[in-house]
Amino acid sequence: MAQENVEFPITGKITSVNVKKGDAVNEGDVLCFIESMKMENPILAPVNGKVVKIDISAGQVVEVGQLVATIEY
Amino acid sequence: MSFQTGFLNLTWGSVLMILIGCTLLYLGIKHKFEPLLLVPIGFGVLLVNLPLGGLMETIVEGKVVESYIIGGEPAGLISRVFYYGLMWEIIPCFIFLGLGALTDFGPLIANPKTLILGAAAQFGVYFVFFAALLLGFDIKEACSIGIIGGADGPTTIYLTSLMAPHLIGVTAVAAYTYMACVPLIQPPVIKLCTTKKERAIYMKPQLRPVSKTEKILFPIVGTIIIILLVPKSAPLIGMFMFGNLIRESGVTERLADTAANAFMNILTILVGISVGCFMSADNFLNIKSLEVFGLGVIAFATATAGGVLVAKFMNLFLKEKINPMIGAAGVSAVPMSARVVQRMGQKANPRNFLLMHAMGPNVAGVIGTAAAAGLFLGMIH
Repeated sequence: MAQENVEFPITGKITSVNVKKGDAVNEGDVLCFIESMKMENPILAPVNGKVVKIDISAGQVVEVGQLVATIEY
Repeated sequence: MSFQTGFLNLTWGSVLMILIGCTLLYLGIKHKFEPLLLVPIGFGVLLVNLPLGGLMETIVEGKVVESYIIGGEPAGLISRVFYYGLMWEIIPCFIFLGLGALTDFGPLIANPKTLILGAAAQFGVYFVFFAALLLGFDIKEACSIGIIGGADGPTTIYLTSLMAPHLIGVTAVAAYTYMACVPLIQPPVIKLCTTKKERAIYMKPQLRPVSKTEKILFPIVGTIIIILLVPKSAPLIGMFMFGNLIRESGVTERLADTAANAFMNILTILVGISVGCFMSADNFLNIKSLEVFGLGVIAFATATAGGVLVAKFMNLFLKEKINPMIGAAGVSAVPMSARVVQRMGQKANPRNFLLMHAMGPNVAGVIGTAAAAGLFLGMIH
């Protein structure tokens, strides 16, 4: 089983978290939304797999490179 | 003198224009198409086409005329705003001050290559300039129509007021309507110009961090270089860069805040309502207006294609490939076109996050369009 860490590509504020630990996700599914530059941007799952680590919550301010979730596939 | 109501003075033209005004209001309010502009413009169209209101009265050779006549002396509430604000080229330039205060040049400074893309997307401006000439528009009208392809409302209004003031209503409405339609116009053009593989090209999310000094120097050095190159772009570029400097200097926050918010909102109200009021039936309902709308959409589409194709061309030489879609953001429409690129990029490759990469060409596009306008003015006006 391989793992992939999804990182925030942009600085901003998380508006909603759409998956939780243990969820199965498909490539292109929304993991969370981040508000940046007055826009809501979705962060997507890069692969089909299972969320094994997610430690973010709505309202949190995040930096580029911070972990969104770890996906096992 | 007897008391007159408006009913007997309604014409088919004015009824049609009232319907157009209400359609703009509907699009703005219900569908949120550029509401900050379409609502004032739509209401202006409604107001001015109710007969005998006198909002756009002008005096021509001693006689009072109901609708706005270019060259006449303004005598109504909005005709004065229109004349002194737009025909004197004041409001569009000060809108650029506000835009400058809202613009972050960071992504452009971090990746200066994207300046080329902002220039490339001006291709649509020149393409439609020639197309309009072929269709029989005179050279000044053709400039005003071509500039619609820059996707920049204030620049379009500015250039039209200098070159072909009789077209100001239709070019402004075309520019703003198409800007609202960027998410509809751009994707098919981008798809046509790229393969699925190209759309999926991955770009690292992290741009180089840009220092405060660079951000302060950019508007100063940019002003010097651009205005020396294209002197006639000085009113637009000068205000734009000044707005940006008060944003980045760190010591003029109060000025930047006013320029970007309160001042900008006041100007938006004035420009919206006066452009709307210019659109009386006799100024708007003619075949030329339809042609301008048709050419405008071609300008947008060719501008998009120009940006994308030049990005593909750049890839021939670049070691680290860029996603050619970011070229489409070279039309100014900030940030709508960057957002279109972001959405399409994510769809083609869920790892991709092109928003910041697309902001570079996007703000470069604003500079590019203002420079293109200055070039037209320098050569033709």
